[in-house]
Amino acid sequence: MISIRRLTKRYGTNTVLNAIDLDISAGERVAIIGPSGTGKSTLLRCLNYLDRPDGGVIRIGDLTVDAATARPADILALRRRTAFVFQNYSLFANKTARENITEALITVQRKPRADANARADAILREIGLVDKASAYPAALSGGQQQRIGIGRAMALDASLMLFDEPTSSLDPEWVGEVLDLMRQLASRRQTMLIVTHEMQFAREIADRVIFMDGGRIVEQGPPAQIFDAPQDKRTESFLRRVR
Amino acid sequence: MRALDLDYMLGLVPVILGYVPLTIGMALAAMVGALILASLMAVERVVRVPVLDLFVQLFISFFRGTPLLVQLFLFYYGLPQILPVLAGINGVTAAIIGLTLHFSAYMAESIRAAILGVDRSQWEAAQAVGMTQTQSMRRIILPQAARVAAPTLVNYFIDMIKSTSLAFTLGVTEMMGATQKEAAGSFLYFEAFLVVAVLYWAIVEMLSFLQKRLERRLNKALTR
Repeated sequence: MISIRRLTKRYGTNTVLNAIDLDISAGERVAIIGPSGTGKSTLLRCLNYLDRPDGGVIRIGDLTVDAATARPADILALRRRTAFVFQNYSLFANKTARENITEALITVQRKPRADANARADAILREIGLVDKASAYPAALSGGQQQRIGIGRAMALDASLMLFDEPTSSLDPEWVGEVLDLMRQLASRRQTMLIVTHEMQFAREIADRVIFMDGGRIVEQGPPAQIFDAPQDKRTESFLRRVR
Repeated sequence: MRALDLDYMLGLVPVILGYVPLTIGMALAAMVGALILASLMAVERVVRVPVLDLFVQLFISFFRGTPLLVQLFLFYYGLPQILPVLAGINGVTAAIIGLTLHFSAYMAESIRAAILGVDRSQWEAAQAVGMTQTQSMRRIILPQAARVAAPTLVNYFIDMIKSTSLAFTLGVTEMMGATQKEAAGSFLYFEAFLVVAVLYWAIVEMLSFLQKRLERRLNKALTR
């Protein structure tokens, strides 16, 4: 359902993503692990063109976006089929928690305000933040902000949810609540691509784990295989270091 | 040194106050025009539309680089000689246009700086949920930039109110023009100009008060 072919990104002479091929089926939960600076976040950011790839084709359902020919309308269409959860939450600072969720429903999806509000209230209940509906991001804890960030992404009903190290900026005390929320999403078979340093979490919820190094996919497979019987030396040495 | 003619001064207050609406009206009209023009120019400076960008830079450079009084004379006395359609322009209109153009140049730079000051992650978040550039700018970036630019913009408004006094040189009878006429009749220049100075000052003080309330409102999103 989602196919990525030869996705490439360079910064100057440095190739950050080296012709990545990847297929993700509907409802699949994929975790990406690997050392820092190996292109994990860049892969995610290229998938919705927050960073424009230098080459490669992304296919989501019937939409095909080729880096060589992508026009603004294609990029917009791609972004409207994906949802992104940022490491630093990046909530709209001038909007309340509830408005953060309704904003795209109203301006992008052109839903009537009442429908958008109803959807936001349902999501706020689900993420357990009904009482914070009218709070601005600055008044929320990191964990609460990230739950709103995930709620904002949930509201989009995207084909693919991208999580860019969603717990890396959080104080340890807030990590649990964010992971719990992601477990909830995973249990509903939401298609998710998650860059994470939480190995235990990756093992627990992912259908497939991808190990990246040096801008390439080195190895991928079911969590048990990657974590317990890695085939590649680089995977093995990385896992030894993070354990 | 002679004593101040207090009775004359008190009597003058209501006369000059009668011209306050015109002064404030000119400043308000010019402020609205300048805000719109400045926002458009600021957005242009950020996204840099080819060719247009050169015009905007030239515009800003000219209106910041020449005195307001010279600009007003150029519009009111000069331009109608070249463009006969402008021959019938009245002083109030000319003053409003002059103030609009002059202050829009300064305000464009403040707004541009404020836009650039909004964290890049706010752009990314707006793009990520599928907003167009225009939607991102209008719904997410400009409101946050407005909060940053507000104190400076109010300062420009204050400056603008005081600058309306230059309209008197275009034959407009506003606060300053009225005072000048009164003083010419009574020869009590010190009293007359002191009264008008205090009245300008009072208006500006009231605005400073409103400025504080506005800032508190705009900062609502950032306080716990």
